Parts: sequence; C-alpha cells; structure tokens
Amino acid sequence: MVRSIFLVGLLFFQVYGFSQRFEVKSGNITFFSDAPIEDIEAVSTKLSSLFDKPSGKLAFSVPIREFRFDKKLMQQHFNDKYMESAKFPVATFSGDLAGYDQSLTGMQQVTARGELSIHGVRKRVEIPGTITVKPDEVIVDATFVVALKDYNIEIPQLLWQNIAEEIKVTVSVVYKRQ
Amino acid sequence: MRLLILAVVVMGYTPALFGQNDLLDELPDDAGNYEVIQTFKGTRLVNGHTVETKSASELEFIISHRFGRLNSGGYNLYGLDDAFIRIGLEYGITDDLGVGIGRSSYDKTYDAYAKYKLLAQRPGVPVTVTLLGSWAYRTLKGIVDYEPEDRMAFAAQALIARKLSDRVAVQLAPVWVHKNLVDTQEEINDLLALGIGARASVTRSVALIGEYYLRLNPHENSPYNDALGIGVEIETGGHVFQLNFTNSIGMIERQFVSETSGDFFDGDVHFGFNITRTFQLGR
Repeated sequence: MVRSIFLVGLLFFQVYGFSQRFEVKSGNITFFSDAPIEDIEAVSTKLSSLFDKPSGKLAFSVPIREFRFDKKLMQQHFNDKYMESAKFPVATFSGDLAGYDQSLTGMQQVTARGELSIHGVRKRVEIPGTITVKPDEVIVDATFVVALKDYNIEIPQLLWQNIAEEIKVTVSVVYKRQ
Repeated sequence: MRLLILAVVVMGYTPALFGQNDLLDELPDDAGNYEVIQTFKGTRLVNGHTVETKSASELEFIISHRFGRLNSGGYNLYGLDDAFIRIGLEYGITDDLGVGIGRSSYDKTYDAYAKYKLLAQRPGVPVTVTLLGSWAYRTLKGIVDYEPEDRMAFAAQALIARKLSDRVAVQLAPVWVHKNLVDTQEEINDLLALGIGARASVTRSVALIGEYYLRLNPHENSPYNDALGIGVEIETGGHVFQLNFTNSIGMIERQFVSETSGDFFDGDVHFGFNITRTFQLGR
C-alpha cells in the first residue's frame, strides 16, 4: 500500500511536480514588408506558446489584433482588409522540432516542422531556427518568409507597390517552466 | 512488483501520451473581445458624418466638391460649370475624440466640430455610438447687415451604427440643427431630422454608399427638401474617394439638413466627390 502510494506520488511528481512543459515568459513577433514605395513593420508582444521539452513539440497562437503598426490606419486595414481578423482572429503554429537533442544544453540549430495557420489557411511548413536550453529557461528564435498568396491574402493592384508579396517574420520567445 | 512494472511503463509513456495531445488545444483562446473596426471607411458617408473618428495623432485632409445641377443643361455642361467646395481638416486627439475645421464656399462658411466615440461595437455591444457637435459661421456679405450671432448655426448629432457583416454597415443619425437667425419666414430655428445611411462593399476596395436625411418638423411651407445622397466609395490605403450624387450643395449640417434646395427626383442632382488623405503625425 505504502509502495503504491509512493509510486502514484512519483507519477504525479513526474507529470506535475517538475514540469517539462514551458510557457511564454516574454516574446515578440515582428513582420516586415519591403515594397518599392514603403517599408512596413508591425510588432506584437502578445502571444501564447507552449514547448514540451521531452517531445520537442511546440505550439503558438498569435492574436492578429495585437500587432502594432506605426500608422494606425494601416493597422486597421491590415485587420479589416487583409487578415480579416474578425473572422480569423489568430495565427497558429503546431509542430515539433527536428534535429533537436533534448539531452544537450546551450544553443542548437533546429527545424520546426508542422502546420502554420494564417488567415484560416493551413500549410505544412518547415521553419529553421535555434533553440537555447538553460536550466529554467528555453529560448526559441526563428526567421522565415510567408508568401501572402499561400494564405489567400490578396493585395489590391492599386497597392502592390506598397505591400510586399512576401513578408519576413521574426519570432523570438523566452520560455519559463509551466 | 507487477505494480512497479506497471508504474514504470506508465511513467515511460506519460510524456509520449502528452506528446500525442495537440499542444495547440491547451493554449488559451485568444479570439478576444476586440472592438469592431472600420465600420465605415470614411469620416463622411455622403454629406453627413459617420461614427468613424480619426485615431490618435491622425490628421485627415478632406476636400469635398459639388458641381451644379445635372439638369442645368448642356450650356452649363450639366452642372460642371458650377462648383461648391469645402476644404477641411480633422484630427484625432485620442482614438475616440476628434476635432475638425472647415471652410465652405457656399455662403463663405467656416465650421468647426468635435466628435466623440462614446461606445464601440464589440461582442456584447451591438452598436457604435458617436456624438457630434458642430458650429458654423457664415461670412457672406449680405444685403442685410447681420450681427455676428445672426450668422451662427449649431448642430448636435448622435451617430449610431452597426457593422452587420464584413461587407455591410448601417447608420441612424438623429440630428438637431439650430440657426440663430433664419433667412425666411418659411424656415424654423430648430430643425430635427433623422439621418439614415448605409455602406455595402462591392469588392474589398469599392463600396456603395447612401444617405437620407428625413426632416421631422420642417415649416409647412418650407421651400427645402430632404437631403438624399448616393455614391461609390473607393478606398486605397491612405485615401478614400467618394463619388456621389446628391440634391444638396452644402456639406455641413446647416446646409444639407436644413437648406437642401434640390429635388432629387426632378433632376436637381449634383455630381460631387469627397477625397480624404490621412496623415499619421505621431504615435
């Protein structure tokens, strides 16, 4: 009886006591559009993400409305005309890290493989990045390119010189134990 | 012993079991309770205001133009020989509070207004409500020598709008126009009217717009008509172009609510446009 209580306790300890699950401590997502007439940049620091260290699984949810632009009107058009954020309020990623060795600490090059969902369109993607594992922190950095047409985001012809067809996205997240 | 083996096996599987769950499902729901944006693209529908205010530190330059009457004949190039113009600026002090100034060629009128977004449509709040208070001052040198206060008119308006879908928005806009001095005995000093308007997108950048101001208590012998306007709106980033047809030559409340002289269905229609450009002056 004592033994079984101990074992059940051990089980719980493993699952809940010393979590291998990491959540966002701080992070930001930036995107950048480089077009002939103007460069557009937007930043959000509001994102949720979970990283499961043993399995290398990773999930992100990014509210579209939280992106901040220098020009407010641009921010409104981004939400209303292009991302249709009332209909598709979040962009998500769910997948795992390939090339990730959980026994190592320090920085390693990895590839996040999984499904990226933007504007209601899901795509299989591979995103190269780095992961830095510290005793109580994990840091994930990645930069990748999103082609607007892949996600059915159409730029009116009048504005093709203002908005790039491919957007550079930079993700940087510091995780803490959950 | 058997229990121990079972426990080890279960422990061994636990991370894997967790791994099979979609982590995404464990993230909080980020849909949020955000306010509805871009109910209308412009601060004006045709002649009247919309619920939209400029965001903080945004400056809008608005130039509005009405030609003469379409039924004025070929000699007058169907109204294109005549022009009535208003030049204006609107500035966002905060995201919800804005102020504006303007000058209309009609009666050489200066105007100023303040606009405050009282309520924003969001889940649980069905409408956006914006309050407008405006002042107008005619500087036209008339036959009679008016005292300064005789040249003034005021308007107070509640703009109530709902974005029904990502394509359609409707607006109700009761308005009270007060004139310190009326020009004729067939006018009244305090006129109430109900504005009704709508916008419907045709494409993402092009929409149809319409507006009607129903006067509720006009003088029984009033020579004026209710203002009606319809148009096409094109939005291109920083600009909004509105091409419209209206029976009014005025673009401020006094002029279009209480002094619309044209009869729309008799052909007293003015082609016109509003063009706006928004500048972000700070963050």
